[in-house]
Amino acid sequence: MMPILVKNLTFQVGRQRLVDLTSLEILAGGPTLILGPNGAGKSLFIRLLHGIIEPTSGTILFNGRVARQQFRRHQAMVFQKPVLLRRSVAANVAYALKVHGVTGRENTRQVDKYLELGGLSNHAKQSARSLSGGEQQRLALVRALACTPQVLFLDEPTSSLDPAASDSIETLISNAENLGTKIIMITHDLALAQRLAKDVIFMQNGQMDEHALAEKFFRSPASASAQAFLASKFTPSSEINGQN
Amino acid sequence: MVRIRNQNLALVVLLLSALALQVLPLFAGDRFIVLQSTTSTRNSGLLDAILPVFEAETGIEVRVVAVGTGQAIKNAENGDGDVLMVHALEAEQKFVAEGWGVRRFDLMYNDFIIIGSKQDPAGISGLQDVVEAMKKIATSNQIFVSRGDDSGTHKAELKLWAQSKVDVSGASGTWYRETGTGMGATLNIGIGMRGYVFTDRASWVAFGQKENHVVLVEGDARLFNQYGVILINPERNPRVKQQDGQVFVDWLLGENGQGLISLFQIDGQQLFFPNAH
Amino acid sequence: MQNFPDTLAHSIGLIFSGDPQLWAVVLLSLKVSLIAVVASGLIGLPLGALLAVGRFRGRQAIIVFLNALMGLPPVVVGLVVYLMLSNNGPLGVFQLLYTPTAMIIAQTILVTPIVAALTRQLLESLNAEYSEQLRSFGVTGFASIPTLLWDGRFGLSTALLAGFGRAIAEVGAVIIVGGNINHVTRTMTTSIALETSRGNLELALALGTILVLTAILVNAAVTIVGMPARRVENG
Repeated sequence: MMPILVKNLTFQVGRQRLVDLTSLEILAGGPTLILGPNGAGKSLFIRLLHGIIEPTSGTILFNGRVARQQFRRHQAMVFQKPVLLRRSVAANVAYALKVHGVTGRENTRQVDKYLELGGLSNHAKQSARSLSGGEQQRLALVRALACTPQVLFLDEPTSSLDPAASDSIETLISNAENLGTKIIMITHDLALAQRLAKDVIFMQNGQMDEHALAEKFFRSPASASAQAFLASKFTPSSEINGQN
Repeated sequence: MVRIRNQNLALVVLLLSALALQVLPLFAGDRFIVLQSTTSTRNSGLLDAILPVFEAETGIEVRVVAVGTGQAIKNAENGDGDVLMVHALEAEQKFVAEGWGVRRFDLMYNDFIIIGSKQDPAGISGLQDVVEAMKKIATSNQIFVSRGDDSGTHKAELKLWAQSKVDVSGASGTWYRETGTGMGATLNIGIGMRGYVFTDRASWVAFGQKENHVVLVEGDARLFNQYGVILINPERNPRVKQQDGQVFVDWLLGENGQGLISLFQIDGQQLFFPNAH
Repeated sequence: MQNFPDTLAHSIGLIFSGDPQLWAVVLLSLKVSLIAVVASGLIGLPLGALLAVGRFRGRQAIIVFLNALMGLPPVVVGLVVYLMLSNNGPLGVFQLLYTPTAMIIAQTILVTPIVAALTRQLLESLNAEYSEQLRSFGVTGFASIPTLLWDGRFGLSTALLAGFGRAIAEVGAVIIVGGNINHVTRTMTTSIALETSRGNLELALALGTILVLTAILVNAAVTIVGMPARRVENG
């Protein structure tokens, strides 16, 4: 199973080329983290990979195939701010399951299972929007996992959360990884990145400046831009926070 | 969640059934005819008094569409009625001449009057000559409110102005005000402006807001208001209910109808005088 | 002239008099307008949803036109429907003129643009919020409509109530196509017109008060029905 192969991918709006990637291969296995400064095109990039934005040109192959509908059946995405339906907590998970073909009693069973995984069983009947920020993101995450995706995309899942909430998200992501889900994640939290990443894609100005194993990347990045980026991040204060 | 969905669904189904039931009665076969008449006729209350008797006798319901004279005639030309009853002789004769109606019969008459405030600034109270009275209103520049809507009443009023040689259309908007609407609304406006109004007696007697206005001029032979009844021509409009329509016309012109018309009173006054021959 | 407490007292007296004619008139108004709203919903909700989600040439123009149709004059609609249903007109064979069905048709024409335009606006902003996530689930384009309609149900019920308000209050359309026939097509608004033309202003005002009370009751009922569900949504 070979997740993702990208060739000559561009995304252009007007005159501006916001994403420009010649060639990239993302393999199955450990998490791939996507790093880079603001405006690097990371968010656009994973949306292109997930097939929810149409590229201007180029091809993306997933499991050797091009069909974008296929992508979504075997992939899921969690956004920076969780998009929850105006329904109960349980209903949100039930919706995702139903869309993926799980109905009836099996649906109910799995809703319970995933709510428990997210520590949200007590809130099942509550309105999803009444949850705290951290709980909402947990819900978005277990809802994504309920789709049993091969690949799970995450766009800065912890950036608006406090440390405790962040931790619970990280735990869920690790669990998913252990169960065989391929994680592709954007984050500004370099400590988190270092803990999770198997390999790192570094982007700047819409281009991929570097794609390396995490160990190598964090120790001695090859590209000048990555070097500058890491240097700016690892100031004494940022080492303590692990964030910007 | 499921329960709520079912409730909403049940409600929608209920409402849709109500919609369906709307259409069904059309095929139920009520026996009725449509009478195109005028608002002043309806507002007098005459029809409410005599039609139930006809319905009881014949089992035919008479559905009254009461609009302005012009609209009633137009509706009749479109075949949207079975019998036409208005009070505009020339228009009725034209209607029959052009083939829209079978034949016109005299049905009954009432009379027109001029009402005004008790103060009567133009000094017309009690005048026998209505044209004289109208001239006086014009020369004393008193407010006169007309229906201005081409109705039978309006046409009768204009005929009298013509005889008085006063140019009312030139004066429109000054002392001569045209409401372009029905008798009731015109009376309201006329009374509100403390002016004079040309009206049919039936509408006046039945009107509920007389305030301090009274009848000032009446009795002149030229104030005679003739009603006609016409069966709408089924040859022009095949859906006209010829049989039942004819039953109604015959009834109106016969002993029963004519008798009931003369019995109809408001405040002890007979308003309509049957004159079918 | 009139004073408000007297008129209110008159209205209350009318209500409690149990006059069957009055109740027939109130019920007919409700029947006609409620059915018209249901019909408008069946057309307007999907139409608004399609416009909200669809992307095609001329979409903006259609939206502008639809919004403008919210201002259709009732009397003009009544006139056009009359011409259609008249024995002299194309649909005369159905013999619908001067029946409650004709009134329902006219009011449906009046109300559908309101429901559609408000639905479009509501679902367009809801869609802006949801579309990425729904696409991620594989729910794209028109397939997202059922989800949007359900999640937008509270806003949409307000749209329907707006339509109902328009219907129950109008007289221009129903009086032309219905004919204001006693016991058959006389509604609250046409009765008010009738009593006004008779000069019975106090009765007309009293009827008007009952009309407003009826509208308040319907709105309250819809709000109450929605309360338990709203509690779930808002927590």
